[in-house]
Amino acid sequence: MRARVGVVQAGLWTLCVLALLATAGCATISPPQPWEKGQLAKREMQFDADPLDAKATQHIYTSKEGAGGGYGVGGGGCGCN
Amino acid sequence: MISMRTWRACALACSALVSTIAAAVGVGERAPPFALPTAAGDTVALERFRGKVVYVDFWASWCGPCRRSFPWMNAMNRKYAAQGLAIVAINVDKKRDDAMQFLGEMPAEFTVVYDAPGAVPAAYAVKGMPSSYVIDQSGNVSAVEQGFRDESPTMLEQKIRALLAPR
Repeated sequence: MRARVGVVQAGLWTLCVLALLATAGCATISPPQPWEKGQLAKREMQFDADPLDAKATQHIYTSKEGAGGGYGVGGGGCGCN
Repeated sequence: MISMRTWRACALACSALVSTIAAAVGVGERAPPFALPTAAGDTVALERFRGKVVYVDFWASWCGPCRRSFPWMNAMNRKYAAQGLAIVAINVDKKRDDAMQFLGEMPAEFTVVYDAPGAVPAAYAVKGMPSSYVIDQSGNVSAVEQGFRDESPTMLEQKIRALLAPR
């Protein structure tokens, strides 16, 4: 019985240590500081590589969606509004 | 079973692991000292400017508003250097060449120093780029500005003038 308690205790200790290590692991991943964003500032790091193309896509998307209307309203879908 | 003491020790260890975040340097606080190299290799220390109003600017080649702030800093330097203003621009680019290219397009008439490892912006806990600190004659921060907005030049020049005004 006593030996079993010892095993359980050792197991709990191991879990505790592993949990601590996991916490430390997270601590090493920190978001870049404001002065470290040189790579992120690059154009190829943007979600939209081409701002003009992104603007055109957004325009077409909103006009199509806007033309869609609510229930059963037929939209032109011409992208003209 | 695990005793209360063990749990407490665990909790303490966990809280110790939570990294402490440096508090931003605010108005009225002592400006953290620094000593950084120029392109020529000389070391520029903040203490060197004690008795002067120091404008410390953190900039990088990849930062858009920094580009707009350079002509203004040149103008401030021309206008107030004789009255006791020193401008120190701290570059935080990882690659020195990037900074050099920027300076080729946007020549600086004031002191430019380099801190690629980023120890000084960390000490000042810079929150955005660019960030500038107006430091008074005795080494205390008098104004902090994040970014370079349309209204920044007026506000900063007022601060500089107020500090330079004879008392």
